[in-house]
Amino acid sequence: MKSPEVAFVSKDRNRLTKRFGTYIVLLVTIGCQLVTSNAYAGQGKLLATPGVTQIEGTGGSGIVPWASLAGYASRDEIAASTFATRVSVDDYRLNVLGMAINLYDRVEISFARQNFFLKYAGQEIRQEVIGFKTRLYGDLVYSPYPQVSAGLQYKTLKDRDIAETVGADRTDHGYDLYLTATKLHLGLLNGYNFLWTAGVRSTKSNQLGFLGYGGDRQDSYSLQVEASAAVFVNRSLAIGLDYRQKPNNLSFAKEDDWVDLFIAYIPNKQVNFTLAYVDLGAIAGASDQTGMYLSITGYPW
Amino acid sequence: MKPLAVFVLIYLVACAAPQRHEDSLYQALGQKEGIQKIVGRFIFEIGDSPQIRPYFEESNLDRFYEKLTEQLCELSGGPCRYTGDSMIDSHTKMNVTEADFNLTVDLLIAAMDHQNIPHSIQNQLLNKLAPLREDIIYR
Ligand code: HEM
Repeated sequence: MKSPEVAFVSKDRNRLTKRFGTYIVLLVTIGCQLVTSNAYAGQGKLLATPGVTQIEGTGGSGIVPWASLAGYASRDEIAASTFATRVSVDDYRLNVLGMAINLYDRVEISFARQNFFLKYAGQEIRQEVIGFKTRLYGDLVYSPYPQVSAGLQYKTLKDRDIAETVGADRTDHGYDLYLTATKLHLGLLNGYNFLWTAGVRSTKSNQLGFLGYGGDRQDSYSLQVEASAAVFVNRSLAIGLDYRQKPNNLSFAKEDDWVDLFIAYIPNKQVNFTLAYVDLGAIAGASDQTGMYLSITGYPW
Repeated sequence: MKPLAVFVLIYLVACAAPQRHEDSLYQALGQKEGIQKIVGRFIFEIGDSPQIRPYFEESNLDRFYEKLTEQLCELSGGPCRYTGDSMIDSHTKMNVTEADFNLTVDLLIAAMDHQNIPHSIQNQLLNKLAPLREDIIYR
């Protein structure tokens, strides 16, 4: 048996190592983008139109999937992307690492590993998300109607204790299904490009799934809306906001809708950076969880 | 935070209604002379692009210069009439890909940047050109 102090120290070191790992991945991602020439990269889309990466690993902005697929592949190309995201609010921290493949601007397959930390309890909840998204109609820039895509997120909870304690209906797997539309209006706002996304999600996930799927208050799927809007200040700088409605399945604590206000810098088709202010409301009884969001996506080919 | 978000959204949508004169885009592009300079530079950018240049290998560039100038003049609300071939006819058998179309858009943007056309004016012109894409690619 470890003494409490020892347990605390080792957890802390563990956390430090993981934090270090994230930075290494970040640096390698940036480094690769800067040194590789992209002769074989799928680059057939206009700058910034694939968006950045959303926290569950699909193309979008901060917390909302867009109808565009991750990566710059046109209908004749394939593209791959990797990303690292960190969200830090008052009592929690979320690290996400992942990658996505875009096949001919038709199908996106993504994988994300999420590590959710309870800062003060020193506990960690890991979840993995495998995502599929397919473009059903249109092109966000060129078609008269918005681009429309449908997606599936298959979530696997790796640490189930907390989900079990709080009364989740399932603590192993959950599915989220979503339908989303995105349109970029060229020059709409006094000559500035304006983009919007509106989607609906069928989900049982409690706090993305970290608290399991379904609960004692509601164990069935419910429909939640999500939306984002952004203005492009120039070709490589966008300012926008995301809104994501959340289900309320657990009686032990209320789950709030999420909002973020982001600024995305997209200097080229190799890399982009997003900084956001997030308001996640109450999470597992801890109220007013606000903080920062930082994300980088690289497009090695 | 949430009321602020809603406010920003409403503000954005409310400001979206543009109110301008019919030929204001033409004026902002520098009238006929400005458009000629953009098209001239655009042809230079095409010549500089190993990916796009081959499409024009057999073309009469004087005609292209003249017709594209007319077209941009008309589309921007200027006092011109486009007398060239339809977009379908002039791009058939080229099999222009989606990627090459977007690359050409980038070349046009580069030409407009070179002529110091402001970002917001560029977008308004691109918005007029975007609907033509379906008549141009994969023909
Ligand atoms: C919105 C985009 C475009 C517009 C507005 C446009 C406009 C025009 C115009 C006005 C002409 C002259 C037609 C005539 O001679 O009567 C033309 C010709 C031509 N365009 Fe485009 N074009 C566009 C995109 C492209 C792209 C993406 C390519 C290839 C990558 C391309 C390749 C050509 C070529 C090679 C010709 C010359 C054809 C010939 O030799 O007769 N165009 N285009």
